[in-house]
Amino acid sequence: MSKEHLDKIVAQFPEAVVETHSLCGDHTALVRRDKWLEVMSFVRDELGLDHFIDLTAVDYLGREQGKDRFEVVVHLRSSQSGERLRLKARVPENNPAIDTLCGLWQGANWFERECHEMYGIKFKGHPDLRPLLLYPEFKGYPLRKDYPIDRRQPRVALLAPETGRSPRPGDETPHGHDPGFKADK
Amino acid sequence: MGLETKLKSVPWLATKAEFFINWARKYSLFQYPFVTACCGMEFMSAACSHYDIARFGAEFPRFTPRQADFLLVVGTISHKQAPILRTVYEQMCAPKWVVAFGACASTGGFYDNYATVQGCDKVIPVDVYIPGCPPRPEMVLDGLMKLMDKIQGEKLDEHEVSPKYRMLP
Repeated sequence: MSKEHLDKIVAQFPEAVVETHSLCGDHTALVRRDKWLEVMSFVRDELGLDHFIDLTAVDYLGREQGKDRFEVVVHLRSSQSGERLRLKARVPENNPAIDTLCGLWQGANWFERECHEMYGIKFKGHPDLRPLLLYPEFKGYPLRKDYPIDRRQPRVALLAPETGRSPRPGDETPHGHDPGFKADK
Repeated sequence: MGLETKLKSVPWLATKAEFFINWARKYSLFQYPFVTACCGMEFMSAACSHYDIARFGAEFPRFTPRQADFLLVVGTISHKQAPILRTVYEQMCAPKWVVAFGACASTGGFYDNYATVQGCDKVIPVDVYIPGCPPRPEMVLDGLMKLMDKIQGEKLDEHEVSPKYRMLP
């Protein structure tokens, strides 16, 4: 049903849509990030996908050449027909920035704050990109695949060093280990 | 009736101050439940009438740490929360005891990641650990009885001299 949505987006923005696919009734469009706001504005106002469900990102660390490391993923729904659509945009590692959707959906505000603190993606034009869940002094982006799995950033002086699980085979890549960390033997 | 009938002929008792004070302390623990996660359901179950933690003298949940002497850390402690937990502990008057309730409070549980403190004993001194994810109310009561045994065996000045209870870093 919402395959029509994909067709309409491709017809409207032939140069902005990189690829589309449909699987089990779910439809996805990958769009160029410089057209992000334009496409979103179109699907909200013209296609009636007015319900903002979710915004998150995926870290494809070590992806093949020519594809950017991050993808920002948005799920939308029509409050009239119940149809859903997924829109994605690739964001490069060296300049992880994309336009904010706060102007279209106020609800995008906290999703983008979380996405920023977890993946380090900047949302241009966002009114307030302070951390939402993490504490202000936290350094780094913990949901990036290269954030060391055992790096801790305590806020109080601990009574004893923290020990997590022992390293297992396969931990070396891609997560990496915090060299300052002593594993529990 | 109770003790008074037995004491009719001998209306006085001789005992050691240490024994008597510890006996009084262990049967009048005022809890402060620091509930952060799903273990709270089991705490409620242990506290309500079916399991009735009041039978063991730990009847009264005080929702200010200044009136409590028994801190129950119920659930996952995140690094973001650690300063709050330490403040709560420091606000309690000595002597005070801490029970880590459940796997997360004891060790971090299965949350081995950037967000979670690997056991609340990294932040405050802990006396008794209750395992389980979550522990059944029987285990909570068992943990409470272990704490009572511990209190009964304490020296009177234990909380003043023991390095475990000294000022935190």
